[in-house]
Amino acid sequence: MSATATWQRPARAIAADVRAGRLAPGDAAESGFDGPGARWEHDVHATLSTDAAARSRAAAKAPKEGRLAGVPVLLKDNLCTLDHPTTCGSRILGSWRSPYDATVVRRLREAGAVIVGKGNMDEFAMGSSTEFSAFGPTRNPFDLARVPGGSSGGPAAAVAYGLVPLALGSDTGGSVRQPAAFCGVLGLKPTYGRLSRYGLVAFGSSLDQVGIFARHVGDVAEAYVVLAGADPFDASMREGPAPDVSAWDAGVAGLRFGWPSNLWKDGVDEAIVDALERAAGALERAGATRVPFEFLPGAFSVATYYLLATAEASSNLARFDGVRYGHRAAADELSALYARTRGEGFGPEVRRRILLGTYALSAGYHDQFYAKAQRARTRIAREYAEAFARCDLLLMPTTPTPPFKLGEKTDDPLAMYLSDVFTIGANLAGIPGLSVPMGLASGLPVGVQLLGPADAEPVLLRAARALEAEGRVGDIPTGYEWEFTWPGKR
Amino acid sequence: MAIDRAEAARIAELARLSLSPEELDRMAIQLSNVLEFAATLDQLSLGDEPLTVFAPPEAALRKDEPDGRTLDAETAVANAPEAEGGFFLVPPVVEDLEP
Repeated sequence: MSATATWQRPARAIAADVRAGRLAPGDAAESGFDGPGARWEHDVHATLSTDAAARSRAAAKAPKEGRLAGVPVLLKDNLCTLDHPTTCGSRILGSWRSPYDATVVRRLREAGAVIVGKGNMDEFAMGSSTEFSAFGPTRNPFDLARVPGGSSGGPAAAVAYGLVPLALGSDTGGSVRQPAAFCGVLGLKPTYGRLSRYGLVAFGSSLDQVGIFARHVGDVAEAYVVLAGADPFDASMREGPAPDVSAWDAGVAGLRFGWPSNLWKDGVDEAIVDALERAAGALERAGATRVPFEFLPGAFSVATYYLLATAEASSNLARFDGVRYGHRAAADELSALYARTRGEGFGPEVRRRILLGTYALSAGYHDQFYAKAQRARTRIAREYAEAFARCDLLLMPTTPTPPFKLGEKTDDPLAMYLSDVFTIGANLAGIPGLSVPMGLASGLPVGVQLLGPADAEPVLLRAARALEAEGRVGDIPTGYEWEFTWPGKR
Repeated sequence: MAIDRAEAARIAELARLSLSPEELDRMAIQLSNVLEFAATLDQLSLGDEPLTVFAPPEAALRKDEPDGRTLDAETAVANAPEAEGGFFLVPPVVEDLEP
């Protein structure tokens, strides 16, 4: 046994101990809550629903043989679960209980994982800071005055401060990768169609993917093996077996990584540029080759995304009408019931996006906005395809800046949207992206992003592995790769 | 592409969203800003581009056979704000119907 506490250990080390009978799933599940959770959760507010009784029941049911035996996992609260409410960070769902588990949740449970609770998020995954949660913001564990990113800010922060070694989020325009970068952890948005979305509450259906947070590249790979693959309940899944990520430690010798440095000539923080240079240097030392070229500026992706994602959201969120579930406003007439329920139940950012999407789809404006954005999407997807004809992966920023302060962008939607300038393209093109921590700058996490063509998850993980030594945050070297000590301060 | 308050109110009605007059004013400004930004797409020459049609090339269809899963009426209405006898209750939609 390691001298370090269970909560500091990689998911794979916890699972190995549980499989060998050295550790009880219940003790593994409680380790983060007894440890850093007891000290940090009150200030960080990463979780929405979790309690010891529910964790104990989940742990008692967890099989002790699986790949993730006993591994505690926090889920973004837009993933449906039988044993916790699913709020989507919104008031409109009230005390809604899903009558089923999402497919990814079922797969986690079958692999032995213990679902310890639900993580905070921007309402319906709309936001980049977790400040648009109806239940109060999550704070960045590295600096409580700053945001953890979003929309999956709760799960990202929980992995960062050590509550759990593994968490799931969803990524529609960067909602896994951006909070991963802000919190100093890994965040994988898989290829569109590789992880089932059955039981993920829909936001932008042509863009949404379930994503993985972890502190170790090997743990991301382990979770991917458990989660990826066909699901008859999700018709948007890709055909054929998911890519084999078992060679995540195979190195990067001979790989070519694209270096679109025109993207960070202006408007990107020096700390991010420095992180990119360090990442490129580490990849080159490990045997990869840098391929410089020009790339289409991300502003076009942002403009495209905020027409398409809002259009899809305005349609998807039509189901929240006060009839079948959740909040209902008092009204004696049906259309007033719909309008008041939705006006009261949705928060400001969701209302804003529904309006924008409704406008983009409305008669007379469809061609000018929605259709134009779909043309732009084709153009952007081709830009990525052309890039991947020249290199195996792209190295670029995850975010233009380190974590910003709470309140800094909440009244300026456009400024908030532009914080996704580097992440949105992957959703538009349906390709995988992985945000990798590159250490701290002035005490705040900085990350870089790896992008690859569809099904390039194995390549992204190999490259992330090559950066792990350079980028790790708050670790101490031990026999089992490395273990984690909390670098934050009060 | 400026949206005024009347236009914002029209969209809110289409979206079945009840908004206060103050919020309509604020939304009109914010939506106008976003649409102005979206006009940056005009810098790309997109005339010849096909629209992305988002469906997987070979959608994974399951067999058209019942798989035994059902949602019984009691479970289906368990989360409803108002329900009776396995039905969702809503305000009257059609009134003064002759029996």
